[in-house]
Amino acid sequence: MGQAQEQKTILQGWGRLTADPHRVVPVPRDGAAFPAEKIFACANGRSYGDAGLNPAALALDARGLDRFLSFDPESGVLWAEAGVLLGTIQRNLLPQGWVLPVTPGTQFVTLGGAVANDVHGKNHGQAGSFGCHVTRLDLWRSDAGVVTCSAQENPELFAATIGGMGLTGIILRVGVALRRVDSGWMATETVPFSGLPAFFNIARSREPLWEYGVGWLDCTRADAPEGVYFSANHSQPGAPVSSSPVTAPAARLSVPFALPVSAVNPLTLRLFNSVYLAAQKRKAGAGVTDMWRYFYPLDAVANWNRLYGRRGFYQYQSVIPWQGAEAATAEMLAAIAGARQGSFLMVLKLLGDRAGPGMMGFAMPGVTLAMDFPNRGDATERLFQKLDTIVLAAGGRLYPAKDARMPAGMFRRGYPRLDEFLKWRDPSISTAMSCRLMGW
Amino acid sequence: MGGTSGIAEACARLWAERGGADFALLGRSSEGLAAIAADLRVRDPAAQVDVVTADLADPETVDATASRFADAGVVLIAFGALPGQAGLQADTRALAESLHLNAVAPVLWAEAFARAAGNRTCRIAVIGSVAGDRGRKTNYAYGAAKSLLATYVEGMQHRFPAGPVIPVIVKPGPTATAMTRHLPPAKLAPVAEVAALVVAGIEKGSPVIYAPAKWRIIMAVLRHMPRFVFNRLDI
Repeated sequence: MGQAQEQKTILQGWGRLTADPHRVVPVPRDGAAFPAEKIFACANGRSYGDAGLNPAALALDARGLDRFLSFDPESGVLWAEAGVLLGTIQRNLLPQGWVLPVTPGTQFVTLGGAVANDVHGKNHGQAGSFGCHVTRLDLWRSDAGVVTCSAQENPELFAATIGGMGLTGIILRVGVALRRVDSGWMATETVPFSGLPAFFNIARSREPLWEYGVGWLDCTRADAPEGVYFSANHSQPGAPVSSSPVTAPAARLSVPFALPVSAVNPLTLRLFNSVYLAAQKRKAGAGVTDMWRYFYPLDAVANWNRLYGRRGFYQYQSVIPWQGAEAATAEMLAAIAGARQGSFLMVLKLLGDRAGPGMMGFAMPGVTLAMDFPNRGDATERLFQKLDTIVLAAGGRLYPAKDARMPAGMFRRGYPRLDEFLKWRDPSISTAMSCRLMGW
Repeated sequence: MGGTSGIAEACARLWAERGGADFALLGRSSEGLAAIAADLRVRDPAAQVDVVTADLADPETVDATASRFADAGVVLIAFGALPGQAGLQADTRALAESLHLNAVAPVLWAEAFARAAGNRTCRIAVIGSVAGDRGRKTNYAYGAAKSLLATYVEGMQHRFPAGPVIPVIVKPGPTATAMTRHLPPAKLAPVAEVAALVVAGIEKGSPVIYAPAKWRIIMAVLRHMPRFVFNRLDI
């Protein structure tokens, strides 16, 4: 073990903005002594920024905690170790007629990561965030050993841990209530649209009929943004589970190494966006697809984050409350187009009223906008400052899972329960993000 | 055999995900085996998963246990331990125990299962190692034991050229499991990748499975390297 601690491993966020060596050891399965130094948990590295990094601390890799513990087919509650990937749950439980009730846009996040970031999916209006379905957690704390928490037991610690960025203890085990499905097929509707007002009309009108919904937007032209809205429902009875593709298609493409410079520039963006939109428009109307393609379209390109080159990229994801959401979104699109720093993926989703249990959950009723930007240093940061101003003025906030640079003041204003949360932090756990946003 | 071995667990997961298999997990740690059994039951609720606690290095348990599971379609003999070479050079007793655990005990199980299989088709896969392909100063106690396994399985293959027993020797390179936790992670193959090759190779009845496949080439080069060159390598 002593020898392993001397080995250093490069850990990066998904945005690949830094590449610092870390000391990494596995999270022990059995109640070992808590390390006597500053630590943090890391796993599959899908947080974009510095939420899972800290070169000054010992990294505990949770990926080895990858066993299922039990599944109750009556209640649908799965009890599993925190390093199990969401995709592993989908692959193994779909044949039994169960899937995760909430899934983010990649299957390559761990259960622990899904809890720590209180992730949401394309069905927030109906299902709320991931935390709404978490039944129980086992946390390993430096000051109390292994602590079980749920809505009934240690409810404050439970609420602090959901969306708590891994700062309240090492998440060892997670209970999550799955949902029944008839098959892995999704009934879909694809609707092209022009302009932001059209997006809001379509998204609102589809909500009562379609559980899932997401808009993709080409923002290279702010005056007339073109987009496509994808709605979906788990398909109705008649399509048996056994007919479903139960494994994700293997990644069809891969980016084998980081390009020296970003392949994402105004020219390639326009080209990609118009080709992509044209392809989607041809598919306009009703359709059927499998849940892997609907939920995880980007997982088909392994290591797509390398497209942005050696300097990496930022994702900027905001949520703006209903009041003023349309105006603020239009303002943000104008600022981005003005800065000529458009984004490959501009994703717009409505978030619903279902409140999550987490003190620090990101989701709130309103509209969330997510965009990727190649790292161009100061120019990118200047654009973000403009966007920050718009988000703050509209009463919105940014998503820590995606963040690598928001100012501490903006974090504090966006998360009014921060002071309550700080009381539940584990004194031994610290990440680069927690240092940046909370001072330690 | 050696149900808590990282490669065995990863193989069992693949078989469970595919469905249609029942399992008997044998090993020393009842707690460790029970945790793996619970995991497999979630992956395939239709699978029957038995846990048998036994000292696999004890020859007394071999025959009775092999008879009990004589109907096994696949036997994966995966137990073993990676010793520190320097320690064994200094400790005769520990060297004897290590050679027994890594070499003698696995072939006792392979032979007993071959006998128990009778006329039934039985795939017997033994986890060897690339370390068995050529002795190196840093791990020849382990490598020699693994090379005994390879030779033994080769003999069984000669004896059963057309079944019903299908003996397979698996030669993994360094793989990320609990056994290699002290090694630099960058040099280890992901266990799921190794297991996928093992499961596919057992199904095909490949006589020798290198996992990852690149080790077949690397070891071919090392095996054929003249001694005066090889002995200068610091590996």
